[in-house]
Amino acid sequence: MPDPTMPLLKVTGLRKWFPVQRGFLANLLNRGRQEHVRAVDGVSFEIRRNEVLGLAGESGSGKSTVGRLVLRLLEPTEGTVELDGIDLASLDREELRKTRRRMQVVFQDPLASLNPRMTVGEAIGHPAEIHIPSLSPAERKARVLEILRAVGMTPPEFFYDKFPHQISGGQRQRIVIARALITRPDLIVADEPIAMADVSVQALLLELMAALRDEFQLTYLFITHDLATAKYICDRIAIMYLGEIVEIGTVDEVFNHPTHPYTQALMSAVPVPDPRHRRTAPLPRGEIPNPINPPSGCRFHPRCPIAQEGICDVAHPELRTVTGSSEQLAACHLRTGDYQHLDPEKQSDRR
Amino acid sequence: MTEPVFSIRNLFVEYATRDGDVVAVDDVSLDIRKGEILGLVGESGCGKTTLGKAMLRMIQPPGRISGGEMWFGGRDLMTLTEREMQTLRGRRLSMVFQDPMTSLNPLEKIVDHIVETVMTHEPGVTEAAARDRAKDLATRLGILENRIDDYPHQFSGGMRQRVMIALALALNADVVIADEPTTALDVIVEAQFLDLLRELRDEFNLTIVIITHNIGVVAEVADRVAVMYAGRMAEVGEVGEFFGDTRHPYSQGLLKSVPNIDMAEQHLYTMTGSPPSLLRPPPACRFHPRCPHAMVCCTTEQPRFAEVGSDHSAACWLYLEHPNKHPLERVDA
Repeated sequence: MPDPTMPLLKVTGLRKWFPVQRGFLANLLNRGRQEHVRAVDGVSFEIRRNEVLGLAGESGSGKSTVGRLVLRLLEPTEGTVELDGIDLASLDREELRKTRRRMQVVFQDPLASLNPRMTVGEAIGHPAEIHIPSLSPAERKARVLEILRAVGMTPPEFFYDKFPHQISGGQRQRIVIARALITRPDLIVADEPIAMADVSVQALLLELMAALRDEFQLTYLFITHDLATAKYICDRIAIMYLGEIVEIGTVDEVFNHPTHPYTQALMSAVPVPDPRHRRTAPLPRGEIPNPINPPSGCRFHPRCPIAQEGICDVAHPELRTVTGSSEQLAACHLRTGDYQHLDPEKQSDRR
Repeated sequence: MTEPVFSIRNLFVEYATRDGDVVAVDDVSLDIRKGEILGLVGESGCGKTTLGKAMLRMIQPPGRISGGEMWFGGRDLMTLTEREMQTLRGRRLSMVFQDPMTSLNPLEKIVDHIVETVMTHEPGVTEAAARDRAKDLATRLGILENRIDDYPHQFSGGMRQRVMIALALALNADVVIADEPTTALDVIVEAQFLDLLRELRDEFNLTIVIITHNIGVVAEVADRVAVMYAGRMAEVGEVGEFFGDTRHPYSQGLLKSVPNIDMAEQHLYTMTGSPPSLLRPPPACRFHPRCPHAMVCCTTEQPRFAEVGSDHSAACWLYLEHPNKHPLERVDA
């Protein structure tokens, strides 16, 4: 039995560099200098049992790549992913296949995730057929019906023989969630699971995911660009920028006291359904830069309102504890690093 | 400030499908005022994009505008010939789409898009003059001058969306209809773009209709809000009145079910069911099967618009007289 106090998932120094494809001529003229997209560049975090960790950031921040690396749908360039203390890289194919039963995934687009020629019952039963071959067909069907009920598709017998095109978008995502649950996984990697659903249906899916977590003792890695959604469902949250985590902490800490200037800008930019609301932080200049040649030093420095020349453009900041908090870490020279005396808005004033 | 620049009266848009006719816009009336930003909100399939396209008479077969009037510049657009419509489109009425990449020619430089637009619509303008105007506009919209000779693929999503706005402004359009202009953008770029829209409105006295599913975007940028549900207008109001005193049960549900980064809600409100198919919409008030306040009259008669504030109206029987306002006995499945 694994130690219940140990984190379920431990990710250490994860890196994924994709080689940039070049044309024939460029290869000929520019030999030996292979460029890389540094999609994920040194990411470490832990997820405790029955916890929801949010991974938030803009497009191109590398958050989805982290999800795929955790599931080992991609091989990392460097770094390790441990599930219950077992390094996934150390497993042979058969062992990895068995471990996959414990890690399931829910992607954004349910229509693309479901085979149009498989009925709902077949789709949900399929992973059980692969991972739990000891189940008889009758036992398998009973289990599918039970899961259908758990995700709110009642009466389950009615939906069992339906095809994906015969049900609504929100119901399809419930089927994808049901299919992820059938193997009784420990970890669910949910990559923008509600982004495609209608606004009035998103709330239902979120409530469902929260309820299932309690019922099935699930642990989620919840990947999203939507901070308001993350705030609602997550216990802790990690903010990514250009392949790195710039801030991580409990939802209370990070949302109430965002510390990294990027986190502050991101939170402030989220549109709030209240016309009296005014932004609290200035918007950063420009857009997220190209991850092929990320900026030197702190990757946020060219857009940062408090960046100091000679420091932020030179040295790479490490994640360090935010003063006065227990779990919150941020990677900023002026906020958590050695140059806090240079911060135009001193930490002490903000807390 | 309050005179309508564009008036829609009892507009109907229908699509012929294999399974029958779909009424995507069903008896919609709406005034758009000069110099305002109107937020048109609703979920996918509610008809908001169809309404936006209908305003430019850009509905393609198998769809058609099957009834109603649209008054702009003293004329009913429904009476214009296609050629007259073409000179109006782009020149005085302009549309910006969600995905700018599909609206830009990948083989043409950014500057040439603007030059071509100007020279097509204003034949008297020389190429040099058009080029100067393109440069001015690009600078005004935060596009660096040395980048206007780039191609669309070299631009990021936010910059492409700025180019689309530049195209609309190049001809001094009076009304710009922007369909989900920020949906493909990240939050920070979205916020930058919304700021830009507000500045342009102030500077050029531009009238902007922003079509979106994001109620937060509306609160951020709009002066007035129009909510659509299942092809019909549900509620229209000044932004402060709308958010401060939301009246239509659908709008109320929509606002309560969206997670708000500024609030610490433990549970989200969940609306029952999902938006109806327009092939077989519910009779009378289309929201009644999902409405927590449904009454008998809601199932028999479509409500008119009721004045619920000084600049605020809602199509709901709660605010109207009717002899049969008994609560509806629901038979739950």
